[in-house]
Amino acid sequence: MIEAAFFYLYAIILVVSAFMVIVSRNPVHSVLFLILAFFNGAALFVMLGAELLGMLLLIVYVGAVAVLFLFVVMMLDIDFAEMRKGLLKYLPVGGAVGVVVMLELLIVFGSWAAAPDAASHLGAPAPEGLTNTEALGQILYTKYVYFFQLAGLVLLVAMIGAIVLTLHHRENVKRQNIPDQIARTREMAVELKDVEPGQGI
Amino acid sequence: MLEFFWTYIWPPLLMTIHSLAVLVVLLILLAYLLYADRKIWAAVQLRRGPNMVGPWGLFQSFADMLKFVFKEVVIPAGSNKAIYILAPLITSVLAMSSWAVIPAAEGWAVADLNVGILYIFAISSLEVYGVILGGWASNNKYAFLGSLRSAAQMVSYEVSIGFVIVTVLMCAGTLNLTEIVNAQKSSYGLFGWYWLALFPMFVVFFISALAETNRPPFDLPEAESELVAGFMTEYGSTPYLLFMLGEYVAILLMCAMTTILFLGGWLPPFDIAPFNWIPGFFWFLAKFCAVFFMFAMVKAFVPRYRYDQLMRLGWKVFLPLSLAMVVIVAAVLVGFDLAP
Repeated sequence: MIEAAFFYLYAIILVVSAFMVIVSRNPVHSVLFLILAFFNGAALFVMLGAELLGMLLLIVYVGAVAVLFLFVVMMLDIDFAEMRKGLLKYLPVGGAVGVVVMLELLIVFGSWAAAPDAASHLGAPAPEGLTNTEALGQILYTKYVYFFQLAGLVLLVAMIGAIVLTLHHRENVKRQNIPDQIARTREMAVELKDVEPGQGI
Repeated sequence: MLEFFWTYIWPPLLMTIHSLAVLVVLLILLAYLLYADRKIWAAVQLRRGPNMVGPWGLFQSFADMLKFVFKEVVIPAGSNKAIYILAPLITSVLAMSSWAVIPAAEGWAVADLNVGILYIFAISSLEVYGVILGGWASNNKYAFLGSLRSAAQMVSYEVSIGFVIVTVLMCAGTLNLTEIVNAQKSSYGLFGWYWLALFPMFVVFFISALAETNRPPFDLPEAESELVAGFMTEYGSTPYLLFMLGEYVAILLMCAMTTILFLGGWLPPFDIAPFNWIPGFFWFLAKFCAVFFMFAMVKAFVPRYRYDQLMRLGWKVFLPLSLAMVVIVAAVLVGFDLAP
């Protein structure tokens, strides 16, 4: 009973905050509602017995990705009047896209057929005697190891791409060179001069 | 009726009592560690430190707390009011909630999670939100600059903290904090704890913990010589108190994490007669206070970093070092067949 109550609590907050992401006027509020939605998603994962996934959702999406979202959105210069003016202009296109996606979803789910033995897997999030993490690791690094490596490769390509796109080598910029600074000695930095009175150097 | 009580009311009630007990102990400990922090700082600078309220100034922290609570809450006119109030709450509530999984002695954690260390890592990576939102909602240039700095700083150092944690996890073979401490139990006593085997990681973790909690010498989000008070510029009274509370509780958490990951938690330094008579909690407390002393000393005698130096240290020194250590530790564990 307690489980059901908490499930509905988290599910309702999740749906409401996901809805608020798209209706709230201020984009920073949108990001905050998105974070709330992630939080409740993580809570649902934990309730399902998938605590590792829940924590990873928090660490990766809330702790890193959403921080960057917030970072960018905070620095936007937003004119609310202009945003409202654009609404009528974009409504037909947006509405059309929404209707198409809705129809596609209806078609897909209309012909959905569950695997016959799917129901037997529902009640067992992890094999007996294994923690969630071990169970996930055993399947990820044995059966799906090539897919895992492939996903890593895709991320590597994305990372290199991002670096290539943003890396500029600017000329005539003074940079700090730490080894040079450490290698500097008293002899290289200070010179003792005997200055005669009235002559200068 | 009685059955209903024992199945539905008692377990949550017991959890609440446990959590409250942890919070009360934590906050009293915090008050005195704050006092100790100021006393150590003063002693290094040949000052006397707080000495007026109570004998030797022992009640100074409580007096400060009362002062903050009784001040008027001033909300800046141009601020985003809801988020302005929410930000300090996020900081303090998250910092305190991570203490739920810290085992101060064998089996003393409120929640002995299987993914305890990930939980702490998740919570401490969320703490950046309090700072970012506080700076943004204040609608103040200095506050905003402070929050931008802290966002970059905390996210950068989280990366190296993550890799340090990974090396410890590979040695311990578990994500459960209690089992991590038990994995350090060996016949070598204190030389079997991970601080010796993973000494570079111990140093990296300590310094990254300073940066992650915005402690000096990495307190750039609130560098008073450049940014007035950084993200806290517009905060006063109770909201400020909550920010400070959250920051200090996060520091204490990092001390506890250092103790658990590298200094053997509640284990006695040698498992022989006079040492193992003392209960584990006191060993934990002693190690915890020793780590906090190091934090306080760093604050007292290290000058503040420049921002580009901070970023260089995080990305060009700690990240390659900790990444290399992950590979080395994994290779050693597999090569000598030491993996748990």
